[in-house]
Amino acid sequence: MTEVVLQTRGISKAFGAVQASTEISLDLRAGEIHALIGPNGAGKSTLIKQIAGNLAPDSGTVQFLGRDVTGLGTVARARMGLGRTFQISALAMEHTVLQNAVLGALGARGGVFRFFRDVMRNRELTEVAMQALERVGLQDQAATRTAELSHGQRRQLEVAVALTLGPRAFLMDEPMAGLGAEGSKHLTGLLDGLRAEAPILLVEHDMDAVFALADRISVLVYGRVIATGTGPEIRANAEVRQAYLGAEDAA
Amino acid sequence: MKRERAINAAVVLAMLVVPLWAWMADEPFILTLATKVAILALAGVGLNIALGLGGLVSFGHAAFFGIGGYAMGILASHVQSYTPLMEWPLLIEGSKSMPVIWVVAMMASGLAALVIGALSLRTSGVYFIMITLAFGQMLYYFAISWSAYGGEDGLSIYVRNGFPGLNTLDPVQFLLLCYAVLGVVLFGAARLARSPFGLALSAARQSAARVETVGIAPYRVRLVAFAISGAVTGLAGALYADLNRFVSPTMFSWHTSGEIMVFVILGGVARLFGPVAGAALYILLEHLLGGVSDYWQIWLGLLLLAVVLFARGGLIGTLAGREVAHD
Amino acid sequence: MTILLFVEQVLNGLQFGVMLFLMAAGLTLVFGVMGLINLAHGSLYMVGAFAAAAVAGWTGSFGLALIAALAAAAAAGALIELVVIRRLYARDHLDQVLATFALILILSEGTRWVFGSFPLYLDVPVYLSGPVTLPGGIQYPLYRLAIIAVGLAVAAALFALIAKTRLGIQIRAGEADREMIAALGVDISKLYTAVFALGAALAGLAGALVGAIQSVQVGMGEPVLILAFVVVVIGGIGSIKGAFVGALLVGMTDTLGGVLLPQVFGLVMAPSEAAALGASLSSMSIYILMAAVLVVRPSGLFGAAA
Repeated sequence: MTEVVLQTRGISKAFGAVQASTEISLDLRAGEIHALIGPNGAGKSTLIKQIAGNLAPDSGTVQFLGRDVTGLGTVARARMGLGRTFQISALAMEHTVLQNAVLGALGARGGVFRFFRDVMRNRELTEVAMQALERVGLQDQAATRTAELSHGQRRQLEVAVALTLGPRAFLMDEPMAGLGAEGSKHLTGLLDGLRAEAPILLVEHDMDAVFALADRISVLVYGRVIATGTGPEIRANAEVRQAYLGAEDAA
Repeated sequence: MKRERAINAAVVLAMLVVPLWAWMADEPFILTLATKVAILALAGVGLNIALGLGGLVSFGHAAFFGIGGYAMGILASHVQSYTPLMEWPLLIEGSKSMPVIWVVAMMASGLAALVIGALSLRTSGVYFIMITLAFGQMLYYFAISWSAYGGEDGLSIYVRNGFPGLNTLDPVQFLLLCYAVLGVVLFGAARLARSPFGLALSAARQSAARVETVGIAPYRVRLVAFAISGAVTGLAGALYADLNRFVSPTMFSWHTSGEIMVFVILGGVARLFGPVAGAALYILLEHLLGGVSDYWQIWLGLLLLAVVLFARGGLIGTLAGREVAHD
Repeated sequence: MTILLFVEQVLNGLQFGVMLFLMAAGLTLVFGVMGLINLAHGSLYMVGAFAAAAVAGWTGSFGLALIAALAAAAAAGALIELVVIRRLYARDHLDQVLATFALILILSEGTRWVFGSFPLYLDVPVYLSGPVTLPGGIQYPLYRLAIIAVGLAVAAALFALIAKTRLGIQIRAGEADREMIAALGVDISKLYTAVFALGAALAGLAGALVGAIQSVQVGMGEPVLILAFVVVVIGGIGSIKGAFVGALLVGMTDTLGGVLLPQVFGLVMAPSEAAALGASLSSMSIYILMAAVLVVRPSGLFGAAA
């Protein structure tokens, strides 16, 4: 069996009377893209937050690289190599594209508490950062202020920053959201190539992208995973058709 | 960015030419004013590390200014009264040496900033503004009731402290010493802004989630920035006390916090020379307007209001355009 | 310490707390509804006190003086809101702090310009002067009791206003969701001016009431302002209930701390040292209280989680 990189074991989370996650068990295996789909309000964001470390589950555990990380925060999980991208771009907008990437390299390599040397002249960091920018195709924008990037370019930069961490797994929250057809296609190609490097847990609404990319798909409805399987299996699953695909005309 | 450099050069030039003229025209009062500008600018440079770079709106930097001042006052007063500072468990004497005083002032205010920051940084937004204000007030009332060191009346130090190789009683030499300290700190602040730490700190201001996601804890970065910021403002407090040869609880008052903030804003937030330009403008206005009207603070208030409402970015920001230099 | 003295101090603490509530109510409303941090609130307190002292001087009527205080502070508040404050709603807290700091300079120096630097005095009216004897034989100044009564009455009226009236519904809606309230067809700028003037009037009332106990002078609003901020932060920003609880907590801590702490320390150390340490700790005690509350609950006792 292929190596499991990231997994949740029966995690549950309630906010007052609202059960946002119920006994969710998922795994992400080396080399795969595992997509997580579900209608709005299914609890995808809550699940992502528990995996990333923003929220602690009420019960159940999160395991990363064979280690129980349930008690660790976002910073510690990032340091272990969990590369996350946000649904709404969280970048340092006043900084240049390269500075954002260098920040990622800095975080991964440590040495934040150095107060004197010009960080942008640190060859080791800028090289890692430039390589990441080249991989997403932003090398020509390196000196641009992030605020001036297009929406799609910010998505690419999010991925580039995650790449600078040398991640062991990616956690991507709707990377296609708000992209045009062209942008989606470009990003789909990029993600396709990334899975060999580190597996991707992909939360996505864009069904074209999901069915094109995902090795496996899990369907989340009302805080429960109702099915996990390959694209064709999910399409054929009666429960999924009824609960989810019935509501939305999927590809 | 080029224009900002030109403006910085103009500020430096003015800071040099005015005292030179005052020295030749034998106007010691102007020299004192220039010294005051340099020291207050230093306090502003300290605050700007937290406020400009880190986005931490501290309304309690008077705490560190005051601690620096009292570090000087306490050390010097023991020499003045020929009593040791402490006899047990080890004998500690006071000091009249500026380098010693500076180190003590920076350590004491930096440590206080570490403690105050550790508690305050758990909050954010208005709560942060208010809790830093409260800590400042706490120390203000403590200073008032600390009768061993003058209580409400403060402490007078009759002779200015010494610096090896200089005659600090000479206004020109003391001015140059303060300029030198300001210059060194400005250089350090410029380096800090471009350092790995500066990158992480300013990124944490813009997006805390981003910083966390690359594995850097924003709280620790901010806390260290707050401590550095407090230590620099504390150094300014020690120099200010030496300029006046007097310390009093007023150094801790929330008006002092407000004024340090005003220097930074008048000049331009997150601009390296912002606090210098701001402090110079403030002192200039105080003396120009103060000569015209007893109620000059009305005009200062109106000007400040105009800057906040219409000239965001302060003096340097208005003249140099919106781009901030360390980007 | 005797029980009598203790009860007297509790009443003093209550009186102080009630005054702080009048100040803090306006601050917390303005913050909750408009998201504005207003340092110039203390200046409105001062405006109320000066208006009252001036009118009492002309007419000799304490009732007219109170009305003048309410009117002057409300008018000043409305004017400030229209000219300056409304430009600040969309700004960050730093801009708000600075602009309202500038307003303090303008209002304080303006008042000094008009009234001079000497303090004014506002006399307690004859019918409220002198002590009364409370059950248990406690002698307590009638005027202070009247302040407590007025303060509690205003607090009750304010709770009723928020809970029952149309304005109160709008205020609560405004705290919850600004777009929503605009969508409901409420004229938001009028609402903001009204809320600001209401807060100002309460501060002016507090200034006038306290003005009869202390002297009326420029800068009198600042210490109260800081305490009112402490109250708002302890109670949780935007919460009237929090402001009430916080005000009483701060009033009691400040008053009782000053009396009790020196005595507590007196049990374990020499009287003069105990007095000095007790005095310094008691003046710091409310800030220690605030720091403690924020460490445990970073958004105050009744504040919504940030």
